[in-house]
Amino acid sequence: MSDDHVYLSLAEGHDDSDARWAFGTGFEDPLYGVDTAVPEGLDAAALAADCLALGDDALVLAQRLAEWVTRAPELEEEVALANIGLDLLGQARLLYSRAGQTDGTGRTEDAYAYFRDAADFRNVRLAELPNGDFAFSVLRLLVFASWRLAHFTELASAPDPVLAAIAAKGVKELAYHRQYAAEWVVRLGDGTAESHARMLTALEAQAPYWEELFAAHDVREAVLADLRQVLDAAGLPMPAVPPLPGQGRGGGHTDHLAPLLAELQSVARAHPEATW
Amino acid sequence: MVTVLTDVRRARHIAEQVPDPELPMLTLADLGVLRDVTVEPDGTVVADLTPTYSGCPAMAEMRAGVAARLRDAGFGRVAIRTVLDPPWTSDWITPEGRRKLAEHGIAPPNRAPRRPAGPVPLDLSPTRRTVLCPRCGSAATEETSRFAATSCKALWRCLSCQEPFEYVKEI
Repeated sequence: MSDDHVYLSLAEGHDDSDARWAFGTGFEDPLYGVDTAVPEGLDAAALAADCLALGDDALVLAQRLAEWVTRAPELEEEVALANIGLDLLGQARLLYSRAGQTDGTGRTEDAYAYFRDAADFRNVRLAELPNGDFAFSVLRLLVFASWRLAHFTELASAPDPVLAAIAAKGVKELAYHRQYAAEWVVRLGDGTAESHARMLTALEAQAPYWEELFAAHDVREAVLADLRQVLDAAGLPMPAVPPLPGQGRGGGHTDHLAPLLAELQSVARAHPEATW
Repeated sequence: MVTVLTDVRRARHIAEQVPDPELPMLTLADLGVLRDVTVEPDGTVVADLTPTYSGCPAMAEMRAGVAARLRDAGFGRVAIRTVLDPPWTSDWITPEGRRKLAEHGIAPPNRAPRRPAGPVPLDLSPTRRTVLCPRCGSAATEETSRFAATSCKALWRCLSCQEPFEYVKEI
């Protein structure tokens, strides 16, 4: 490998003995070498569906978080949002790999991420909503991380050892994401008149999508406890707005998902066999 | 039997020396991501690696590095296994790894919080953590960002010598 120029080094061909990372398709299976057997008596199709839905949640929000890169209010926040997105992307890769092992198709993570259309995605709609302003994004992150953390805490003792291990690892990451988001919601809610007003707007706009999270997996008490604690500290009210009917888990999405996927999938679809 | 034992020891030693791609002052053993090295009855060397974070982009690099070093050392059959359970904790960074981090201006992690099984409580009170400046040793330091250039680090600064530095997050 040449060290003369970082891009030349990265552009060199790779095989098993010299895998490059951080860009391109054709990544190695992130579950490489993990025992992939499904325990006897477990419903493999249901397990695959769970992994797919949780993978879709993570991939779609990771893409939204990546959209903040070069536009966040401060460099530190940009780094934070990108890092959180990277954690979620890693969770998505592991979950897609597990879905491919258990749904009978043997699909790779790339097949799930790049070659399905919006109607086949099972993510909750909260994840796909456009970023809005920074207040909107950190509030969404707080609710999403709180819900996923409570969900993963339960999944850490799931009967499938692979899903349980993915969840146990994710718990540490999600607790950190929730902490970051909670501190920002408090800072903005308890900040200036402008930041307070923006948090109020974000709350009103997002609360209709919360019920869908609890329908997908009911950890309502844990999430509402987190929210009450944060909103109290932030001087913000718990919004009282009716839920919006519909389920991303059933393939019903907002109009915002298709353009997000178009951008995410464009290169892989233009060059379907490419590895680089 | 003697040969096998020697092989295991030699393979382990080689795998342990592979540098981490993102913290190259540390070996994979220092970082605590190399969990085990064994030799199968057919002679295949099996190295167990665990990722620090789910999204750690260096995993493929680590796998390739370990496999290449072992092959270069004459081990014909090499298998790398990913181990997700138990999840990596910064407590697995060895004393030697901690010393090297500090020597390179990166503050080593404090002990990770003990988390009993069950719901993870949310704590909004200011975090009280003592992180010593890796340059001047002062305890007068503060966090400037919860995230840094890699998933495993945060940004801090020293209020005594004024230097910014990275801190390996305790998880």
